[in-house]
Amino acid sequence: MSELLKITGLTKRYSNVLALDNVDLTVGPGKIIGILGPNGSGKTTLIKLINGLLTPTKGSILINGSAPGVETKKVVSYLPDNNFLPSWMTAEQIVELFSDFYADFRPELAYKMLDQLGVPKNMRLKNLSKGNKEKVCLILVMSRNALLYVLDEPIAAVDPATRDYVIATIINNYNPNATVLISTHIISDIEPVLDEAIFINRGKVVLHKTVDEIRQENGMSVDGLFREVFKW
Amino acid sequence: MDWKLDKSRPICPQLCELICVAVANGTIVAGEKLLSVREIALAAGVNPNTVQKSFEELERRGVIHSVRGSGWYVNENTNAAAVEVNSLRMQRTRDYLAAMAQLGCDPEQINQYLKECQGGTL
Repeated sequence: MSELLKITGLTKRYSNVLALDNVDLTVGPGKIIGILGPNGSGKTTLIKLINGLLTPTKGSILINGSAPGVETKKVVSYLPDNNFLPSWMTAEQIVELFSDFYADFRPELAYKMLDQLGVPKNMRLKNLSKGNKEKVCLILVMSRNALLYVLDEPIAAVDPATRDYVIATIINNYNPNATVLISTHIISDIEPVLDEAIFINRGKVVLHKTVDEIRQENGMSVDGLFREVFKW
Repeated sequence: MDWKLDKSRPICPQLCELICVAVANGTIVAGEKLLSVREIALAAGVNPNTVQKSFEELERRGVIHSVRGSGWYVNENTNAAAVEVNSLRMQRTRDYLAAMAQLGCDPEQINQYLKECQGGTL
């Protein structure tokens, strides 16, 4: 299937604010794609719509042929932009919970990554540092064997060395059927692993190209182009 | 291998260049198996699809070939890599000359600078 995610005429309005304005987007399998845009451009709104947490004002979203719902939640692994885990649980308990919850969850992979990143397994989440909490969330999301990974700001709070680990995890987990969507504004760290970049501004997709095309046509990095496009 | 990449240029041709240079200078020996796509992607911190594309490009140029079910190997004949490296050298030289011309040097002066920097032995 060449269309893993197909978005047509998607519009989302919050009372009188137009968050997304008639967005068309098609994403194929086996890609790592960056959703890039300044604060308040509609990145998180788009991601929440893909995950069925918001309902569109207009337009449609199809993931692997179905609208967001029970079927798509089986194949979409979502990392929200805020902490979504119960803070009284330990990392170990949450891994077990996820194993029960998702048929495609790989607990051995989760434990391996927790060890590699030195996250204490038996401490309650509320006692972990912000970066360590973020690592736990990311590990859980990447431990699923999904078709579409949607990561909303996965690297904002972690240190640069862990960022590299996060990127390595994404590469390591790469499989030709699965696509990873990453929203971020920390572009320079993530851009070497991207296939395609989607620039969003004021609710519209202003650019959707492969990153090598961007470098070829503009003679600058994606980060450089971003700074130019969104200059103020 | 050291994967130094310039983010302002497309990654794919840069990977091709690095591999050609490694083959030409013997870091990777003729007939040797290359690291897997994933291993190179991890080492260089780039997208696996980009590595795959580079390998396919290098195969087209006769530098490496794939063996079904096994991986990618450097061709026994490394002439193609040498040709690539040669054109890279030409390109770098042209870039240098253009940069010097921009700084207001004529060919005579450029030769002077080259001699001076190499301790007068050319």
